[in-house]
Amino acid sequence: MFLVIDRLSHTYFTKTTAVTALAEVSLSVEKGEFVSFLGPSGCGKTTLLSIIAGLIQPTEGKVFIEGEPLWAQETSAKAARRAAGSDLSTRGAVGYMLQQDYLFPWKTIEENILLGLKITGTLTAETKERALALLAEIGLDGVESYYPSQLSGGMRQRAALVRTLATDPKLLLLDEPFSALDQQTKLKLEELVWKTLKQYEKTAVLVTHDIEEAIAMSDRIFLFSRRPGRLVRTFIIPDELRHCPPFAARQHPTFSPLFQSIWKEMEALESV
Amino acid sequence: MNPSNERIRSLHHEYLAALRKERRVIRVWQVALLIAFFAVWEAASHFRWVDPLLFSSPSAIGKLFIEKIGDYSLLTHTWATLFETMLGFIIGTVGGALIGALLWWFPRLAKTLDPYLVVFNAMPKVALGPILIVALGPGFTSIIAMGVVIAIIITTIVVYASFQEVDPNYLKVLRTFGATRYQCFKEAVLPASFPAIISTLKVNVGLAWVGVITGEFLVSKQGLGYLIIYGFQVFNFTLVLMSLLIVAVLSTLMYQLVAMIEKKWSNRR
Repeated sequence: MFLVIDRLSHTYFTKTTAVTALAEVSLSVEKGEFVSFLGPSGCGKTTLLSIIAGLIQPTEGKVFIEGEPLWAQETSAKAARRAAGSDLSTRGAVGYMLQQDYLFPWKTIEENILLGLKITGTLTAETKERALALLAEIGLDGVESYYPSQLSGGMRQRAALVRTLATDPKLLLLDEPFSALDQQTKLKLEELVWKTLKQYEKTAVLVTHDIEEAIAMSDRIFLFSRRPGRLVRTFIIPDELRHCPPFAARQHPTFSPLFQSIWKEMEALESV
Repeated sequence: MNPSNERIRSLHHEYLAALRKERRVIRVWQVALLIAFFAVWEAASHFRWVDPLLFSSPSAIGKLFIEKIGDYSLLTHTWATLFETMLGFIIGTVGGALIGALLWWFPRLAKTLDPYLVVFNAMPKVALGPILIVALGPGFTSIIAMGVVIAIIITTIVVYASFQEVDPNYLKVLRTFGATRYQCFKEAVLPASFPAIISTLKVNVGLAWVGVITGEFLVSKQGLGYLIIYGFQVFNFTLVLMSLLIVAVLSTLMYQLVAMIEKKWSNRR
């Protein structure tokens, strides 16, 4: 198992409240697999992603990436090092894509896509060339010296994908990366991301509230209930859909029945 | 297609011409206002509508200006003031930005110092003048210190606030790469706050002038502030008004210089 999440719970504290965002979530993801966390807003899926990314320490439970515990039983020295952000062991292991591109407006596209390499201290002539080749491969050659404001939304999100992939992460975390895009751009980008990840055999976790997107892109779908976020069901996408690229999958005869059954399940969750 | 194209082009031409004309009209009025101001002043003084002893006249100021340029005394005073203002401005701005960075780096320090910053910000800093002169001596050091004290607190507050307002998602991007606090500061916090820092420059030009002129009032050794207070005491209002005019011109020039730097910076974005 590549990624194992074991009885993970997380509670947010404020002065007046304690909100449990995740309760007893256990799941595992195989190497090279593409899974989706599907659920209504407020089901803690982004919290779960942040925990996997090592940005938040969960109140309870463990996360293992390739057998290495991410948070469990940290010594205080290690916790301090991580708080200072200098724990090298997790550096570059995961790549995170946000809802918006968050390209740095004061950096050129080239500087933006090399940012991860620079931060992790792995910027060499070789890795730089690889990142620029990836940029060209994704259809963005010739924009290296542009600033993000000169690019369209779709191009910016593609550049953000290159920035994420440039450090060659073992695990990709996609936090609704298509939700801010218009329909046409979104479909194209889904296709591109899917193909790129398959080509590089990356393991990926997609967070979304879009049922169609989840079916079209993933191998398995984890359905979460609203607060506190619980894993209620796992849908396994049939082989004939899973091997289709997203756009073709949407046209497939089995797509619609699957959509209906997930839809019903989500409706049932809402009414509880 | 072609005729309509030509029509649009000619309309565009007319539009540009109208814009240019509007700009010219405004400029003519501005110059006219300036000339009228000095002309009315001169006439008022000449025909004794106002007391020339108190309000002087442009011609008297001009005469005094040439005379003072001739014996180099004006140059010495102007240079002293300009030097103090620039130094006060630079130290105040850079110091404020550094303290702002320090507060961002140590959140506990920021929380601890918060009430003291509020007190310092609310206090009229010129009231510190006598203490500064006693502590630093009646020379240009305490005058520069006045400029610094006035500019540094507000710079600290503005810069620290802008550091805190940086979109946390930029930091999230960096932290997913495992960035250190220093890397977060260098790659996101500082560059994102640059517009705010530049805008404090503009404010600080004005504040540094206030501090330095007040300092010269108190120290009374040299500088344009000294000339103003000296002219007031010996009832030479020609000297007072001439110094005022020089301060107005110099502070405007300094402000424009900062505005140019700002424009250059924002163009690089």
